[in-house]
Amino acid sequence: MRKLLVAGTLGSFSLLCAQDTFPYRPDPELIKEIVAPPSRYGKVLFDLFEYNPDERELSYDVEAWFGGDYNRLWFETEGEHSLREGGGTLERFDLYYSRLIAPFWDVRAGVGTHRIYGDSSSDRVYLAVGIQGLAPYWFETDLNLRVDADGKITTDGEVELDLLFTQRLILQPRAEFLASFSDIEDVGIYRGLNSVELGLRLRYEIRREFAPYGGVSWTQFFGKSADAVRESGEKAGTFGIVIGIRMWL
Amino acid sequence: MISRRDFLMATLSAGALYGSGAFSRLFASGTAPAGKGIELAEVIRKGGRARYEFVVRRQPVGFDGRTGKGITLNGNLPGPLLRLQEGEEVELVIYNELEEVTSIHWHGILLPYEMDGVPGVTFPGIKPGEKFTARFRLKQSGTYWYHSHAGLQEQLGHYGPMIVDPAEPDPVSYDREYVVVLSDWTFEDPEWVMSRLKKEDGYFNYNKRTVFDFFEDVRRAGFLKALRERMMWGRMRMSPRDIADVTGATYIFLMNGHTTEENWTALFRPGERVRLRFINASAMTYYDVRIPGLRMTVVQADGQNVQPVEVDELRIAVAETYDVVVQPTDSVAYPIFAEAMDRSGFVRGTLAPEEGMVAPIPPRRKPQERKMAFHRKGHGDICGACDPQPVPYDFGPTAAMVVQNPVCRLEDPGVGLQGAEHRVLTYADLKSYGPWKELFRREPDRVMEIHLTGNMERFLWRMWAKEGNRWTSEPTELIRWRYGELVRMIWVNHTMMDHPIHLHGLWMYLRNGSGEFNPRKHTLNIKPGEKLCVDVLVDAPGYWAFHCHLFYHMHAGMIRVVEVS
Repeated sequence: MRKLLVAGTLGSFSLLCAQDTFPYRPDPELIKEIVAPPSRYGKVLFDLFEYNPDERELSYDVEAWFGGDYNRLWFETEGEHSLREGGGTLERFDLYYSRLIAPFWDVRAGVGTHRIYGDSSSDRVYLAVGIQGLAPYWFETDLNLRVDADGKITTDGEVELDLLFTQRLILQPRAEFLASFSDIEDVGIYRGLNSVELGLRLRYEIRREFAPYGGVSWTQFFGKSADAVRESGEKAGTFGIVIGIRMWL
Repeated sequence: MISRRDFLMATLSAGALYGSGAFSRLFASGTAPAGKGIELAEVIRKGGRARYEFVVRRQPVGFDGRTGKGITLNGNLPGPLLRLQEGEEVELVIYNELEEVTSIHWHGILLPYEMDGVPGVTFPGIKPGEKFTARFRLKQSGTYWYHSHAGLQEQLGHYGPMIVDPAEPDPVSYDREYVVVLSDWTFEDPEWVMSRLKKEDGYFNYNKRTVFDFFEDVRRAGFLKALRERMMWGRMRMSPRDIADVTGATYIFLMNGHTTEENWTALFRPGERVRLRFINASAMTYYDVRIPGLRMTVVQADGQNVQPVEVDELRIAVAETYDVVVQPTDSVAYPIFAEAMDRSGFVRGTLAPEEGMVAPIPPRRKPQERKMAFHRKGHGDICGACDPQPVPYDFGPTAAMVVQNPVCRLEDPGVGLQGAEHRVLTYADLKSYGPWKELFRREPDRVMEIHLTGNMERFLWRMWAKEGNRWTSEPTELIRWRYGELVRMIWVNHTMMDHPIHLHGLWMYLRNGSGEFNPRKHTLNIKPGEKLCVDVLVDAPGYWAFHCHLFYHMHAGMIRVVEVS
């Protein structure tokens, strides 16, 4: 009798359930996992990786990111290394966190260092904030503000554009600048506009991921930076031919 | 876990189902290449039930002498042609021999939602080594298809055709018929394809604008006009050449699993009426289909009979089906020509009076550029009262562009076919074979806006639903409808791409000005800058996936789930 009662209540209970529950309810985790998985990807880009035979100098601009659509971790480094002198400048060696805030723009914040090495060496460690993205008219843009422990602030930026001659032959004009709000003599940065670098590189995309290039690069120092460069026995303006490889994976 | 006995039963029964060729394929170690072409499924009818079993497995597939890694159903690509009868009770068993969760979704079929085959949404999915039995009664007839709704399997061959023969006499008369499954294939891992899309915008597009295109524009339209046009596109950071995300740069194009070289052939006797059931089972490719030399009479769209309309060409969006009837009178080989919408490739089959004939490949056409349709005024508005609430919309970073004045584009054949001198099918031509009297008299109980947005830089795609002032876009946020109500959806496409939007389990009645003859479809293409209205009679409870059928768009977030309670 009791058994029957239990069975009865269980029966009506399951009947009730059958009336207002579905045989299967969506599992948000499974939806995410199987149908539209949250995507995490990574990319390492050697945007510049080149050699200037006249100056016997290697230059590089390498960036890497990992993360989802909105939040990413970045590593970025840029600099020159002279084979003649064995020294060079690590213009930046940065770690960032970035967040997509508008369709074409990320803001980012992180830490990094600027370092001169070789005969004499010195460095500057800073906090950096910046924006990065695609400006109207297809300008790939990146603007940064860096503050070091002494409260000294520098700003720099970079703009590049792809002009297609064919589907694989691409001309890339590029401009970079560095300016400072104060003198940071250790690393050869002075108040005002320090330098502008203009480049024009023609690459051939054998694959999208692998493109050898050749081009010209012109660097001009200004003001006290120019004086400092001249004092070290070099010219304040240099023009050179570069050959390199742009690649990513 | 699949028990040994189950496995034995499965292999035995599957073996019993097949001719010796298929049988040996099933028992092969997995290195024997898959069969190709249309293989009729041997459905077993017993005790008033139609039963068929599928085995899903990884298997090499050969194309033009090159071997790729596929996922096949019963050792064939595409999967077997499932031919069923309207009104019959079916029992479809799926054995998963993959090392990952799989499923089969019966595309366009009305059924209890727990049989619909969307892992995470309608059931947990079929785990490796396990099986699932889909049981339902067929309440409709027509040309349909089926495919995996799990992971990135569909791209690798996990799809097949399905025909449901009508209980009533077929209003379409024909002497013979063929299924034409169009699809796209890559030798690459679909994960790799997705990762390229995520890492670099336009990775697969080898038809971008060059500086010489600009000079050409200057020559044609003058410097100022050309510059203004460039500036406009540049300001938006959009490309008029952005037509397909994945192209012939990685894809080869297939007709019933065959390449152009392999030349799939359909035979006819001159004077016969031949019914061709086109199914676009592609992951990403819209096809423009024509048979130069023959007019095609469209008789069915998405499995639903339509009033016959004669055309020279039709665009079949991903996941759509169209049935056409042709009547070749000459004893010559006609090409069945399906050209990718972005013109990056094509597949040619042959409609021939005898075996061994190869039809010529028609002259290739140049790709067109997208025009700023939304800057033009809409022509005679057959969409009816179909206006979204005005801006502002807050799509955040998910929308690289917001269209302020979407236009009705049902009469527009779409990019690549605009200005064609021959007759091209548009959605304005589709009229249901029979009227929907009841439905047409009803006022909608609920109006919902669906806004499609995209950000190509991130390959981020969303379907925003708006009801009242509530906006949602995450796949896990349910869209809630009530059983029995009539929902009117207003769709707006804010992106530069076409999107084939598919609603599971429920028909969408396209408001194309045909009144009670509005056609009903399971998949509807929406063009860039377009607004489009559909009515949905919510007559099936459960959870229904609602998504863009471009494979990589769906996987990048362009999917929602509708809860009908």
